[in-house]
Amino acid sequence: MSEAKTGIDRETVDQVANFGGENYKYGFTTDIDADKAPNGLNADIIRFISAKKGEPEWLLEWRLDAFERWQTMQEPDWAHVDYPKIDYQDLCYYAAPKSMEDGPKSLDEVDPELLRTYEKLGIPLQEQEVLAGVRKVAVDAVFDSVSVGTTFREELAKAGVIFCSFSEAVKNHPDLVRKYLGSVVPQSDNYFAALNSAVFSDGSFVYIPPGVRCPMELSTYFRINEANTGQFERTLVIADRGSYVSYLEGCTAPMRDENQLHAAVVELVALEDAEIKYSTVQNWYPGDADGRGGIYNFVTKRGDCREARARISWTQVETGSAVTWKYPSCILRGDETVGEFYSIAISNNLQQVDSGTKMLHLGRNTSSKIISKGISAGRSSNAYRGQVSVHPKAANARNFTQCDSLLIGDKCAAHTVPYIEAKNISAVLEHEATTSKISGDQMFYCRQRGLDPEEAVALIVNGFCRDVLQNLPMEFAVEAQKLVGISLEGSVG
Amino acid sequence: MALLEIENLHAGVDDKAILNGFDLTIQAGEVHAIMGPNGSGKSTLSYLLAGRDGYEAQNGNVRFDGADLLDMEPEARAIAGMFLAFQYPLEIPGVTNMTFLRTALNAVRRGRGEDEMDPASFLRMVREKSRAMGVDDDMLKRPLNVGFSGGEKKRNEVLQMAVLEPRLAILDETDSGLDIDALQTVADGVNAMRSDARGMLVITHYQRLLDFIKPDFVHVMVHGRIVRSGGPELAEELERSGYGAYLGAETGGQGNEVGAAHA
Ligand SMILES: Nc1ncnc2c1ncn2[C@@H]1O[C@H](COP(=O)(O)OP(=O)(O)OP(=O)(O)O)[C@@H](O)[C@H]1O
Ligand SMILES: [Mg+2]
Repeated sequence: MSEAKTGIDRETVDQVANFGGENYKYGFTTDIDADKAPNGLNADIIRFISAKKGEPEWLLEWRLDAFERWQTMQEPDWAHVDYPKIDYQDLCYYAAPKSMEDGPKSLDEVDPELLRTYEKLGIPLQEQEVLAGVRKVAVDAVFDSVSVGTTFREELAKAGVIFCSFSEAVKNHPDLVRKYLGSVVPQSDNYFAALNSAVFSDGSFVYIPPGVRCPMELSTYFRINEANTGQFERTLVIADRGSYVSYLEGCTAPMRDENQLHAAVVELVALEDAEIKYSTVQNWYPGDADGRGGIYNFVTKRGDCREARARISWTQVETGSAVTWKYPSCILRGDETVGEFYSIAISNNLQQVDSGTKMLHLGRNTSSKIISKGISAGRSSNAYRGQVSVHPKAANARNFTQCDSLLIGDKCAAHTVPYIEAKNISAVLEHEATTSKISGDQMFYCRQRGLDPEEAVALIVNGFCRDVLQNLPMEFAVEAQKLVGISLEGSVG
Repeated sequence: MALLEIENLHAGVDDKAILNGFDLTIQAGEVHAIMGPNGSGKSTLSYLLAGRDGYEAQNGNVRFDGADLLDMEPEARAIAGMFLAFQYPLEIPGVTNMTFLRTALNAVRRGRGEDEMDPASFLRMVREKSRAMGVDDDMLKRPLNVGFSGGEKKRNEVLQMAVLEPRLAILDETDSGLDIDALQTVADGVNAMRSDARGMLVITHYQRLLDFIKPDFVHVMVHGRIVRSGGPELAEELERSGYGAYLGAETGGQGNEVGAAHA
């Protein structure tokens, strides 16, 4: 490479390298009285959480069972990530704003300080504000360990849709919860899923009755506020026969010097002819430029296309967190089921991402599609890990995988780890992978047309991610595009 | 005040001298053509003027509209009205031609303290200008330059110029690789942009382009400097007799005599 070219690349590197935590727009803390469990993890803490939530006996037993299994398990070390050992006894497993002590209230009664927090984050919890938008979006807002409010409940109820916090679902729809909880991600599925099963605090619950097309986008907004507190939410989405729902989750956290643990479990169940679109814009605090602080995002997400012709589609835009360990997957159990995974994973500074998907073909004539776009900048590491497996009875399975990596600068790393396992000879599996760099020439071309370096990087990266961005609900695509730019922002200009 | 004033410019890449005392003055309203053998430094000059990284001036001065051009970032030069039609336009996958045009125009307008253009007027303006350049709707929706033929890329460069309406346009071999009809289209596009307020620097190897775009001045560039200047007739002379005379003299002496002899 000529000196001239290296020079340009170096400049690009410097710009993005200069991006520190100070550019993170959601790093503020909310000063609010919290009701916290003492640090540490043992059966009593689990009883404490369960009691706080007024849970039935069976759920407490389920938690304790998970805890027992967790104690026999080892933290996984196969992922391409490296972080100091977590002291699970030094974490707080339950924190709730004091004002929420008596459980969720109507939105009018929510502490104004909390409402202001969500306003600052750009998440309106006032229904009339939402109405001004293009389309309505119902929001469940989870603050540390509890849900502080859910909008548009009545309108949704008219359509028969249940959208509430997980805790409320346990109280009001115990049969549904009991039937489906752990049916996609069993308690002992993996170390972090077991931990979540033992201590999960809140999250969202969705049930779409047969034949109903959910009349609006549903979304959950997760916020970690308290220091030294883990967030362990649990989300359960059930789309009954012939129904449709599009669901979006967003996440942010304050800037703190210590790392914080987030270990969530999301379970999706799609019955016959049902379709679930699940989108995530993950923008947890990534830590500062030197790798101090940031969220450890260890998440288990899985969808079960349980009956014929069910469809599940995961779309994720992962820009935050210090360490991400996440593989949203599909079990294609029913015949003619379809699973999709569209991912943008951006890593900058010292962020580490190990993400991908699993497509498990069990039924006949099942098909899956994987489009993964990894962008690495700074000194970050970004791994795609994907598994496509076709079981002996899964005749005519199809998979298409496209896995593209974009490198910005020469201190970052990208890895692609595909596992393919076909036990039925009728399977047709395609895999394409590319790795490219933003060239100094492309940067110069854009700048010659008037774009500053940040705009140029954002434009080129957005182009690279286009196939995935197009899959986001319209309301969030613009937001996500901006986020892509911001997370790669330099200090220039 | 001259639009562009280049004085005694010395520049190189990797310690290799490429421009050796280059002088040129362009007034608003003038069209200048530069011709010269391969490797004489024409593209280097255009990159240097546009501010490409790695191209540093060791000596000399460049004033653009009175401002010290060499001090400005590439995007600041673009905002000030400098446009380079690239000899080899770059591809940007996933970014549609239309998005690129809008992003560029808005960046330039913002940089000048103007409002962004509203989407409806923008669309109308681009449609009109792209029709004139023979760029169809399909090409506007395709990712920038990806899979464009050589000629399509060149027409697209001229479309960008038409949209950005620069004060000084540098066209680096925009005629190379064009078929006869495309050459006419590009020339028409360029001619439509000629105005008293705008200067143009046309780099070409072929006199034919200059039949379509009548320059006010033609310069011969050899070994990084202008060795002779004249009117359009100079291009015809070069077409007949080539660069032999200039090259020979240049390698024989120090080159200064040649410049002086023809000045
Ligand atoms: N980045 C670079 N690194 C090393 N040498 C370079 C670089 N850029 C240009 N050169 C050299 O400088 C000289 C001038 O190149 P330039 O591209 O400016 O010529 P040109 O007049 O535009 O030629 P052509 O008519 O072929 O387009 C050539 O010898 C070229 O090899
Ligand atoms: Mg050239």
